[in-house]
Amino acid sequence: MNIAEKFRTLSATGRKGLIIYLTAGFPDYSTTLQAVKAVESAGADLVEIGLPFSDPMADGPIIQHAATQALAAGATVGKALELVTLLKQETTIPLAIMTYYNIVLQFGIDKFAGSFAKAGITGLIIPDLPVEETAVVEPACRQAGLDLIKFIAPTTTPDRLQTICRQAAGFLYCISSTGVTGVRQIDYDQLAPLMTAVRGETGLPLAMGFGIGSPAAACQAAKYADAVIVGSAVMERLTNSGVEAVREFTSAIRQALDKECGC
Amino acid sequence: MPNDNGRFGQYGGRFVPETVMPALIELEANYRRLKEDAAFQSEVDFYLNEYAGRPTKLYYAAKLSQHYGRGKIYLKREDLLHTGAHKINNAIGQALLARQMGKKRIVAETGAGQHGVACATVAALFGLQCSVFMGAEDMERQALNVFRMRLLGTEVVPVTSGSGTLKDATSEAIRYWVTHIQDTHYIIGSVVGPHPYPMLVRDFQAVIGQEVAAQIAAAGEKLNYLVACIGGGSNAMGIFYQFRDDLSVTKLGVEAAGKGLQTGEHAASLTNGKPGVLHGALSYLRQDSEGQVIPAYSISAGLDYPGVGPEHSYFKDTGRVTYTAVTDEEALAAFARLARLEGIIPALESAHALAYLETLMPQTKPDEVIVVCLSGRGDKDVQMVAQVMGGLAG
Repeated sequence: MNIAEKFRTLSATGRKGLIIYLTAGFPDYSTTLQAVKAVESAGADLVEIGLPFSDPMADGPIIQHAATQALAAGATVGKALELVTLLKQETTIPLAIMTYYNIVLQFGIDKFAGSFAKAGITGLIIPDLPVEETAVVEPACRQAGLDLIKFIAPTTTPDRLQTICRQAAGFLYCISSTGVTGVRQIDYDQLAPLMTAVRGETGLPLAMGFGIGSPAAACQAAKYADAVIVGSAVMERLTNSGVEAVREFTSAIRQALDKECGC
Repeated sequence: MPNDNGRFGQYGGRFVPETVMPALIELEANYRRLKEDAAFQSEVDFYLNEYAGRPTKLYYAAKLSQHYGRGKIYLKREDLLHTGAHKINNAIGQALLARQMGKKRIVAETGAGQHGVACATVAALFGLQCSVFMGAEDMERQALNVFRMRLLGTEVVPVTSGSGTLKDATSEAIRYWVTHIQDTHYIIGSVVGPHPYPMLVRDFQAVIGQEVAAQIAAAGEKLNYLVACIGGGSNAMGIFYQFRDDLSVTKLGVEAAGKGLQTGEHAASLTNGKPGVLHGALSYLRQDSEGQVIPAYSISAGLDYPGVGPEHSYFKDTGRVTYTAVTDEEALAAFARLARLEGIIPALESAHALAYLETLMPQTKPDEVIVVCLSGRGDKDVQMVAQVMGGLAG
């Protein structure tokens, strides 16, 4: 199932989507495999597999720490590819890759898109690739059938919004606040005008991420989005308490989205 | 140069999160407008001349020239500027730009502390709040500069992530900037980072080369060689830029070979790296086969950066500038040599440029003219050098 199909199913059943981020190879690949299975069973709709980079400009301390540890333990793109291949055998949840541009560039853009698409990935998320720089990656993604996910930030101007929406595929990743990834208090109601503006430009699903740290926050964000993305709060539980804690947390968000949001 | 997308050939660009893009576009628009604004330019010139101490001297180093027995070596004395290095040229320009844009806060990264001190100084001068990110290891190596910044009212934030040096301080400064993007201007300290920074830092530093051209002409000399050290590459770009199309001037950029290129412990990204993306730009970079950035090493905190300005990458590929590297040991010898021969203690960064004279001078003709950019003074490095070569200096 690709991203569009997943969101069509969600929309048909009137549910909000739940996207979970996990760093590949943290603390090891076997744990990542177990964690993906756990979030799938807990009701996640899509998993972002993060390929670690030494200098993750858009990430806060929790995800940066996971990347550093994964690299120290020998994480590579090749091993992530093997992980994805295994995941496609053992799970049915749609997967997207989140990584920084230099990782893709050094692996070879066409080779990267082709290999991961073949392994079963449906989307590619590159946080340091603004719409001005996507021309070199877009054809490879199109060729491989991957959605190259675009970002909208609270600072995005109306003319940029139009350009970004015109080029978007899969879903739009709406950043909830300026800053890096990490749990924080956000007044989601303030984002209403931006989200309305985005909806005016595109019919694609909108996923909101950055800062969502609790089921209650997920519900707040879901008022304005079709899906929520949770990363640092999940990685914090994985770091401190392990896979079961991740399962419970994901399940709590799922239930909150299904019940309290009245969706 | 650069083109609309901030590219010098294939290098440069804007590889940053979407949150930052509108700020970069706003910065470029403001800069392009102010560049043509005579009032703004005369304000920059006023502070450069009356406050920082421009123009700096082009000093004929007679004893150093005599030491090599051929050629005439001149030193472009950026070390004589207020705060002790060329960094103040860019800090003044960008602080005035920030003020014009209505920004109240500035954030900066620093390696050796010279850029941090320059930013702290202009923040005090123009009444801006200032936070400087500095690697924990560099804070130890450059304790005096840390004290200076704090004395000037700047918050110095230690960075312990990664290698605790300039690379990580830059990443943290970008993160801080992303978070406070509405009211904060990021003063990048070198010709690195996303467009328009490589262009605007270059423009603010180009005064170095402009003065050299005028001073050489006034001295009735003909310039043959320019030599400058390269970390990110701002003093080198500043002195080379004026002469970029003058093929009669050989331009030599000297990187830090650290403990030796073969040891892997160095900062020579142009000499020994390959193109990749770090801190928002595509440029030569020290990285492994997976694209992970390799922490750089140099005895000089101002040079241990694994990347380099994208325009230098372009100059390398087009052959406009020749890039080379010298070791810590060679730089230390040059540090002591200039002190003894000329009574000038250079920054360890500048000592790398001076060290290359050992290779260059035997190849020069007796009447050729060499200008070395003395990018900064060595006060900040004296204590550390004393630890390394105490016996020699004593």
